[in-house]
Amino acid sequence: MANLIKTKRGLNIPINGRPIEIIGTSTLPKEFALIPDNYHGITPKLLVKEGDEVKAGSPVFYEKQFPGMNFVSPVSGTIKSIIRGERRKIISIIIESDEKMTYQQFEKTDLSKSTPDEIITILQQSGLWAYIKQRPYDVIANPTKTPKAIFISSFDTAPLAPNNDFVMSGQMADFQTGIDVLAKIATVQLGVRYGKKSPFSTVKNAVITEYDGPHPVGNVGIQINHVSPVNKGEVVWTVNPQDVLFFGRLFNKGIVDLSRLIALTGPNVKSPQYYQTIVGANIESLLKGNRITGNMSHRFISGNVLTGIQVKGNGWIDPYATQITVLEDGNDIHELMGWGMPRFRKFSMSRTFFTFIFETKLMRRLFGNMKYKWDTRLMGGRRAIIMSGEYDKVLPMDIYPEFLFKAMITNDLDKMEALGAYEIAPEDVALCEFVCTSKLPLQQIVRNALDYMKKELE
Amino acid sequence: MRNKLRKYVDKLKPHFMKGGKLEKLHSVFDGFETFLFVPNTTSKNGTHIHDAIDSKRTMIMVVVALIPALLFGMFNVGYQHYLAIGEAAGFWDTFLFGALAVLPIVVVSYLVGLGIEFVVAQIKGHEIQEGFLVSGMLIPLIVPVDTPLWMIAVATAFSVIFAKEVFGGTGMNIFNVALVARAFLFFAYPTYMSGDTVWVRTGTTFGLGGGTPVDSYSGATVLGEVATSTTQNAQLTDIIGNPIGFWDGFLGLIPGSIGETSTLAILLGAALILFTGIASWKVMLSVFTGGALMALVFNNFGPDTAIAHFPWYNHLVYGGFAFGAVFMATDPVTAARTDKGKWIYGFLIGALAIIIRVLNPGYPEGMMLAILFMNIFAPLIDYYVVDANIKKRLKRATTQK
Repeated sequence: MANLIKTKRGLNIPINGRPIEIIGTSTLPKEFALIPDNYHGITPKLLVKEGDEVKAGSPVFYEKQFPGMNFVSPVSGTIKSIIRGERRKIISIIIESDEKMTYQQFEKTDLSKSTPDEIITILQQSGLWAYIKQRPYDVIANPTKTPKAIFISSFDTAPLAPNNDFVMSGQMADFQTGIDVLAKIATVQLGVRYGKKSPFSTVKNAVITEYDGPHPVGNVGIQINHVSPVNKGEVVWTVNPQDVLFFGRLFNKGIVDLSRLIALTGPNVKSPQYYQTIVGANIESLLKGNRITGNMSHRFISGNVLTGIQVKGNGWIDPYATQITVLEDGNDIHELMGWGMPRFRKFSMSRTFFTFIFETKLMRRLFGNMKYKWDTRLMGGRRAIIMSGEYDKVLPMDIYPEFLFKAMITNDLDKMEALGAYEIAPEDVALCEFVCTSKLPLQQIVRNALDYMKKELE
Repeated sequence: MRNKLRKYVDKLKPHFMKGGKLEKLHSVFDGFETFLFVPNTTSKNGTHIHDAIDSKRTMIMVVVALIPALLFGMFNVGYQHYLAIGEAAGFWDTFLFGALAVLPIVVVSYLVGLGIEFVVAQIKGHEIQEGFLVSGMLIPLIVPVDTPLWMIAVATAFSVIFAKEVFGGTGMNIFNVALVARAFLFFAYPTYMSGDTVWVRTGTTFGLGGGTPVDSYSGATVLGEVATSTTQNAQLTDIIGNPIGFWDGFLGLIPGSIGETSTLAILLGAALILFTGIASWKVMLSVFTGGALMALVFNNFGPDTAIAHFPWYNHLVYGGFAFGAVFMATDPVTAARTDKGKWIYGFLIGALAIIIRVLNPGYPEGMMLAILFMNIFAPLIDYYVVDANIKKRLKRATTQK
């Protein structure tokens, strides 16, 4: 019997555009990109030059600090261009696909006989290491440090997130192998949605814990905080469930197959659904298969509305994204006297709007779910922190977020450490940023502080 | 209408931007623009959507919550006036007298305070902050109606500059801005802030009203009466000597600072800010609990004075207790910011206010000093609450190894 952990604090944001469980038809794009900035904190060293031929799984660049840690091409083809920015910083590496998908063959290893060190080496060589992140600091895991556990959350509670039960159907064998691979290194802690029949509840070789509650309970950070919080000097690894499949495919078939299902979501997508694609793909081909509604300017997000990266309409799927969200941008909206108007179609967690009426059970039964109008405006000016207790309502962790943020803003290392900075990642505070009356960029604050800590303490 | 207005604003905008001829008024322009239109800056990174609440809407809610107390205060000023001079006046005459007496104070408070805010915002180059929208309304409600306007101006300027801007503006202040203005007046001009003559306007307002007080008139507040009472059980009376009790205090047709008299009007406002979640119910409830319990202690074990034996329920409805509990103690910036801290902070305010009322012989009211005093201690309370979390984390780290 799995343990059950219930959280109360949090918020499910009612935004429409949830994907229906259909896989749409789309063709793979011609171009793919590797963007070093998407792998936070690494210093890329190039292994290819323009015009080189690559296979799916061929190394393209490696991390300067750990020379064995490769970042590989998702498809076979040629390096079309290497785009550099200021001081010759590598912005992106564009790969033109030959549409044949020839794979670099890796030796099939016998899991039962391999040691943790061997597994770590293989994962680094094959470029899959990039999909293992670590707490503290929320960066790609340091391969020289042994983790106390590896956490995987099998469900995503973020707004409009894909349903992993659907995504994984037919692929559970690869998932199980992936878990077996990780279990060789450390205990695997698998978080499962409570009260739902899920293929994940029968996964072996992992400690399964059930979770119930509003977003962000599906965030692996929240689950770590409840099961085995990160103390000073400890390391925990985290992997996204879809990325576990990559490990499974490598060990089952000996290839690096970075294909995954991506959900195209959001209020401005005509028919939100899933598409089969490959990490690094250009999103234009996906968007072509669907209609973007509304005549306003749009924002395309690689990821969800809370933590995703803003990309252009012909931008790239970042390596960790499992969904693409399309939203109205809203920079041409002029709302008259927002402080005094009723603004029925605006959502607020506070009761200063009428949301609280629409979100009651009775109203929902009578009129269905309210369709709120969403756009990317901040909806107010940036201020100093005024209201208290707002952040606590949406962060189900044993942490005083406001005090931690203040320590982070002032670069107070001792305070950050004491208040739990090792346990937190930017994605965990995304809801705090959403509800913040003072419109503070909290994820950026946390990101900067973690980078500063890493630089000072390691 | 909206589009026309937008076009007009867009036409004016270049003049106020950098290089424009009215560049020095940029903050003022920006203040008015964001007042008219929700700013349409979009997020660049981080969360792509935001909750619709902002600082403006938050502050406006508090201002709206103050309106019952303001309107009742206006009526009461007129009511006390006509009661004092023994004239019967209709509802509208009464209200008009009070409104004319109170409005200049509101106008002066806003003009001076917002003026300073505009200048500071321009100097610092940031947006105008909305905090003073609330402070500017609070100040008129906690002063006696006969306070000279120049004093209001001086006190407002003092508190906005020295209690808020020097600390960094809204959100950074240690003391409640409105209460600092009140405290400034209290210590700088004590004769205008206490005693028997300041609470009821017996003279004219813009030529309205006026007359000589009736023979039985005494302008003392109820707390003032109790403080000077020679018997243990003080007989409460209104300004012309009619006996009154708990419900008169609750309704508020009694002398006092403009907005503090009617507990009913204050509770109407409290309902709004509690329901919208802007004020902390934890602070509010614990102030009332702390006050009631401390008053009960004095009722049973206190010294032989009238104020010690002033029934606990009367303590809550007379004087500035309710106003302080609802609108001053709950100021999120100066209150404790942790949940546990809020309980302690509120409880101590309530208890301290009653202790000052009972044990301090000089001045019958204790709410202002209690809140200002606890403003100092709010960070300390939070420090210990947060420290418990830090210790827990440290213990976890050392035991698990």
